[in-house]
Amino acid sequence: MGQQPIQQHLYDYEIVKKFSAVSVIYAIVGFLVGVILALQLAFPDLNMNVPYITFGRLRPLHTSAVIFAFGGSVLFATSYYVVQRTCKVRLFSDFLSGFTFWGWNLVVVLVVITYPLGITQGKEYAEPIWPIDLLITVVWVAYFINFVGTLAKRKVEHIYVANWFYLAFILAVAMLHIVNNLAVPVSLTDSYPVFAGVQDAMVQWWYGHNAVGFFLTAAFLGLMYYFVPKQAERPVYSYRLSVVHFWALSFLYIWAGPHHLHYTALPDWASTLGATFSIMLLLPSWGGMINGIMTMSGAWHKLRTDPILRFFIVSLSFYGMSTFEGPMMSIKTVNALSHYTDWTIGHVHSGTLGWVSMVSFGALYHLVPRLWGVSIYSVRLINFHFWLSTVGVVIYIVAMWISGIMQGLMWRQYDSFGNLSYSFAETVAAMHPYYVFRALGGAVFLVGALVMAYNLVMTVRQAAPAGQRVAA
Amino acid sequence: MIKHETIEKNVSLMTILTLVAIAIGGLVEIVPLFFIKSTIEPVKGMRAYTPLELKGRDIYIREGCYNCHSQMIRPLRDEAARYGHYSLAAESMYDHPFQWGSKRTGPDLARIGGKYSNHWHQAHMEAPRSVVPESVMPGYPWLRKTDLKYDDIEKRMQVLNMVGVPYTAEQIANAKKDLVDQASLASDASGLTKRYGNKVPKDDFDAQPDRVTELDALVAYLQMLGTLVDFSSYQAQTR
Repeated sequence: MGQQPIQQHLYDYEIVKKFSAVSVIYAIVGFLVGVILALQLAFPDLNMNVPYITFGRLRPLHTSAVIFAFGGSVLFATSYYVVQRTCKVRLFSDFLSGFTFWGWNLVVVLVVITYPLGITQGKEYAEPIWPIDLLITVVWVAYFINFVGTLAKRKVEHIYVANWFYLAFILAVAMLHIVNNLAVPVSLTDSYPVFAGVQDAMVQWWYGHNAVGFFLTAAFLGLMYYFVPKQAERPVYSYRLSVVHFWALSFLYIWAGPHHLHYTALPDWASTLGATFSIMLLLPSWGGMINGIMTMSGAWHKLRTDPILRFFIVSLSFYGMSTFEGPMMSIKTVNALSHYTDWTIGHVHSGTLGWVSMVSFGALYHLVPRLWGVSIYSVRLINFHFWLSTVGVVIYIVAMWISGIMQGLMWRQYDSFGNLSYSFAETVAAMHPYYVFRALGGAVFLVGALVMAYNLVMTVRQAAPAGQRVAA
Repeated sequence: MIKHETIEKNVSLMTILTLVAIAIGGLVEIVPLFFIKSTIEPVKGMRAYTPLELKGRDIYIREGCYNCHSQMIRPLRDEAARYGHYSLAAESMYDHPFQWGSKRTGPDLARIGGKYSNHWHQAHMEAPRSVVPESVMPGYPWLRKTDLKYDDIEKRMQVLNMVGVPYTAEQIANAKKDLVDQASLASDASGLTKRYGNKVPKDDFDAQPDRVTELDALVAYLQMLGTLVDFSSYQAQTR
């Protein structure tokens, strides 16, 4: 099924190609660092007494690389693709498109240089120092103008549902990023945040949870709302459901942050409020899942032949699972056990590997052949990648469930004399086998990404050089 | 009743309504924390970090210790037994940024101060598994070999003062002297104790009398964590 490069003159596909290409590179880098970290926890000598690669400096590099470099590039690529095609116009400004590409990649490069050197502001998921934060802000404003400008000059009356989600994501990330990073500089590389203690914790988790809520959920739902119906060749299941769950998700998600702070020095009312909204959040989350999965109505048979659709369906299933698990973990009694343990890590990875990565892989497999006007190099390799990803995620999260729940139980275990049964060090030793399995699961997932990279490179190589294609 | 069609045909309306929807939750949860007095109950004993402890804390952040260690003891029976009294809001009121953490790959450190000797910390930082065989912590041998850079210590304290840490002009003016005094056995530390109290741990934290290293700063920080509040006199307020 060879594709024609469609309307080259009208749409800016070059920018989509660029972001797609770097997203594959960042996926591999981010996953690789993750596997190294997993191995360091299983075999701590791998820290090798080298400051630049110790766990504490490398872990922020992993989270930033996968969330902001890989996830961010996928979102730039797909949002720029979707907004053009659903508005039937070219992007608002070619300059801003290029500016966001080079700006975002400069951010990534600066992050890769600064973190291993220990240059960090030490806020989880917001480690970049203040000059990088300023650069992110400028790039983000450019992105907002470019995206909204494109919506404003659209040639269709309605704004398509995918764009609502991308818009909410752009707005929310701007708000969160600016407030959470308010700081007073000491030097070019150092600063102290304006908030302290309780207030800083609240702001940080308002930011942190909604980085998940809007960066990794709302935006990727936008992606889903375009690519799943396209790949299935079926209309979105329910327009009404998409309206209701969009507004409910946007309104409710932002409240959920303080469930990360149960039983801490944060006032009880705040964390209880956070948990209450987290539980309500199950409904709009599942609204998205149902709308995505039911879009397959009448096209289920395609799952037999189309591994891209398999990626989408399994990603939506993981989305449904982790958005059930999340509200459950926000319940205080569950959280008392799960908090501070590997269960949280498992939960995050069922969302990020199972949902975010797999829906991104599906989108990349859909995009690349269309962008370059060729057929995919190998459908069998897509299928192989699908199974590597699925097996990798399952190994990973099962290992973390076991180690997390086990560690939570061991911490609170008392013997018959009323003493704690286990020293902390004993619980660390008990984690070892699961840390090995986790590294294995991550490695399998990484191999899958390498298979994808090979398949996509071979796909692009089929395309004739640019000059010949124009002539054809 | 406004039809959704109206919203989804109008970019400005869509943007404004989305912004309103995503702003409310944060406003309701964050803003009151700055105005409700009971958010941070005042407790006796809290003080700002000494210059040496502050540098130690900067190193703690630089090395990403918060990725594996929490500093927040929850009011649960087993945590009280393992770590001590639950953490109070006031105990992190001068922490820019907060270091409560989110994961305990290693144990909580909110009350690590005084639990182990300086000598134990020296060995532990040099090679963690030499003292805790099950540990998965990286070694930090370079801290003991790296001289502490503190030429900007006054600037740091000034900035912290701007964001609400009550450093006095006197504390800032004597920062370098206090820093060196705290890390050495020999010198007269009456100025340090006058400015930061009698309980300030003062020692040659890295067992290298002739120099002030990053290990001095980090151990000084670890040894004061959770020690400021005197819990024999502390009474939890009933609500």
